[in-house]
Amino acid sequence: MSPGSTWPAVVAVVLVCLGTVGLGAVGLRLARTTSDFYVASRAVTPRWNASAIGGEYLSAASFLGVAGLVLAFGVDMLWYPVGYTAGYLVLLVLVAAPLRRSGAYTLPDFAEIRLRSRAVRRIAAVLVVGIGWLYLLPQFEGAGLALHTVTGAPNWAGSVVVAVVVMANVVAGGMRSITIVQAFQFWLKLTAIAVPVLLLAVAWRADGAPDPASAGQPTVRRETTVRLPDPVTVRVEVPVDVVVDGTVDGRAVRGPLHLAPGAVQVAGGTTITLPAGAPVPHLDDVSGGSGPDWATPFVGSTARDHPLYRIYSLLLALLFGTMGLPHVLVRFYTNPDGRAARRTTAVVIGLLGTFYLFPPFYGAMGRLYAPDLLLTGRTDSVVLLLPGRMLGEPWGQIASVLVTAGAFAAFLSTSSGLTVSVAGVLSQDLLRGRLRTSVSGFRLGAVLAVVVPGLLSLVNVRTGLADTVGLAFAIAASTFCPLLVLGIWWRRLTVAGAVSGLLVGGGLAGGAVLVTVVGGSRSGLGGALLAQPAAWSVPAAFAVMVLVSLQTRGSLPPSVGRMMVRLHAPERLHLDAAGLPPDRRERVTGRHTPDDAAGDP
Amino acid sequence: MTRPPDERPERPERTERPERPERSERDRGDRRGRSRPPQRVRVTAPRTAARPVAGSLSPRREIDEQTGVGEVYMRSLTRSQLRLGVSVLAVVALALGSLPLVFSVEPRLASMRVLSVPVPWLLVGAGIYPLLLVAAWWHVRAAERAERDFAEIVERR
Repeated sequence: MSPGSTWPAVVAVVLVCLGTVGLGAVGLRLARTTSDFYVASRAVTPRWNASAIGGEYLSAASFLGVAGLVLAFGVDMLWYPVGYTAGYLVLLVLVAAPLRRSGAYTLPDFAEIRLRSRAVRRIAAVLVVGIGWLYLLPQFEGAGLALHTVTGAPNWAGSVVVAVVVMANVVAGGMRSITIVQAFQFWLKLTAIAVPVLLLAVAWRADGAPDPASAGQPTVRRETTVRLPDPVTVRVEVPVDVVVDGTVDGRAVRGPLHLAPGAVQVAGGTTITLPAGAPVPHLDDVSGGSGPDWATPFVGSTARDHPLYRIYSLLLALLFGTMGLPHVLVRFYTNPDGRAARRTTAVVIGLLGTFYLFPPFYGAMGRLYAPDLLLTGRTDSVVLLLPGRMLGEPWGQIASVLVTAGAFAAFLSTSSGLTVSVAGVLSQDLLRGRLRTSVSGFRLGAVLAVVVPGLLSLVNVRTGLADTVGLAFAIAASTFCPLLVLGIWWRRLTVAGAVSGLLVGGGLAGGAVLVTVVGGSRSGLGGALLAQPAAWSVPAAFAVMVLVSLQTRGSLPPSVGRMMVRLHAPERLHLDAAGLPPDRRERVTGRHTPDDAAGDP
Repeated sequence: MTRPPDERPERPERTERPERPERSERDRGDRRGRSRPPQRVRVTAPRTAARPVAGSLSPRREIDEQTGVGEVYMRSLTRSQLRLGVSVLAVVALALGSLPLVFSVEPRLASMRVLSVPVPWLLVGAGIYPLLLVAAWWHVRAAERAERDFAEIVERR
């Protein structure tokens, strides 16, 4: 990226951060009670709420990761956004209204309300914190990548910026402010991804509309120099003459080098210059094959074996994991009632479906205008780089500023939502009673929620943004999905069943995630099973939960019948439901009591 | 349990009785000299008799008191909602789940193009989202209808 385009991008980052904090400050004036902090006093209208859910949900993985995956692996990666969206359909039909009616603030709340068990609550709390941290990690990594891409700043700088802004905002404002911020962020993100697509499409047509799926290797348009910071295996498909400064196959090279087809080992710190029009060698673990291969299902992603299994397992994780994401669920408690929760979810599906039409276009254009990313492996930055490469001034700068702003909106909104829910759980379940007020407990929780993944993100782990997020989905699908689905629809779920199901599901999926993240991805069926554990860990968790519940059928939690009334009967009927004393019922049915409006005396 | 006496359901005609003579008077005015108006014969008794057990609890009380009948009411609601949810999911899962199989059986689809976009890209990248949205709206409407039906039963008396 040319130095001239750096400053506008920096201004965009600063503006988004200031806007987030500023809107948070406006909300702070309204947030007074503990109830305000957690769930905006349940007074958020469905339309605001749908935008806020969309704003919260569209993370670094959606804004940058999907395009990066499409560039690297082709058409099969389009299943990621499909799964991200379809997860809300599963949430809608199985969970949305009953969960809202349960009246719980958080997932551990639901576990305790439904099963009357502190043990299940504690396990759920640990899982929320684990999933939240795993999901925060790629947000911070993405921020580092983005700031590095647009300004050349070191990778940790972006992580620190996002972590500090999120922490300040959450500690100061809580969730009411964040509802406003999140709704704003969704529309910012949609604008930021859609408007540049229009500009890029015009530039692409003006360029003669070259076909990204045409035969042949992707080629660089002009002389391009890339630096490979880490030792990597590079695959050469077509013989190419390059200029190298560094070490190739253990041999120090400084000058022209002919690369024959095959794999070469490149040492860290090596610089490779590709002449204009040269076919691009690519990293061993992305597919840089010919256009038709890239565009054909199951061929473009051959760098990852067992693609059919991977797609089905991924879909399972995304479809059933969405309902178990802590930052998504907390948003449902702000709906006034179960009916509004359903309608909100349907609107969310429309909003997400619109957004996800755009990222694949960046991936396809990346094959034509940024194929050098296949060599550096930084495919996640394709959205940020394309405007500068394809558009002349001033449009290139305007579009660059937009996508940078959108990317930071993505990091900030998702991190804020995750931080709020992780902080809520930390303060309710780990810090409860140790601090004078619950508000200060929430603030300490927020600090903890950010600092741990912030530190982890400084450790360099090379997994794609969307991949890491996929692992968080897999754990959520293997733990909270069975708990929620069985808890809502099956009267015979017992505490022992829930506990063993959570432990087995969490252990299996979490273990697979740990092996993949720490040990790196492996080849073969075992590698595929570990990288995409949902296909076997979700059924296992369901089976264990059901079987153990049937074995312990003598110990059903009390008043399951009333619980079913509470979860499924429309609120306006005011039927006698479990655990709802009259004062609490007022709040759960979402009526605005004078207390809520007035705040603390 | 014992039922308080004031819970005994009232017969509807008792409340309507004051109106009836008036109407009959008017009718008689129209058709003077004819036989007795048929309204005199009309009774609401069949409806009363059709009620399961004369004077049983209202559905609301059955649910609030957690009786077996109340549980049947609740089960009918949850069953219909679950059936609805599972059938929506089944349709969508069939549509979503068959696509990867179709692509793996027929890879030549990739070389077919619509509007110069390869068919798999068009289907997965854009075609699925409208389907999801339609399924969602359909489910919202059907679930609300099921709740309205349930509310009608509960509020019947």
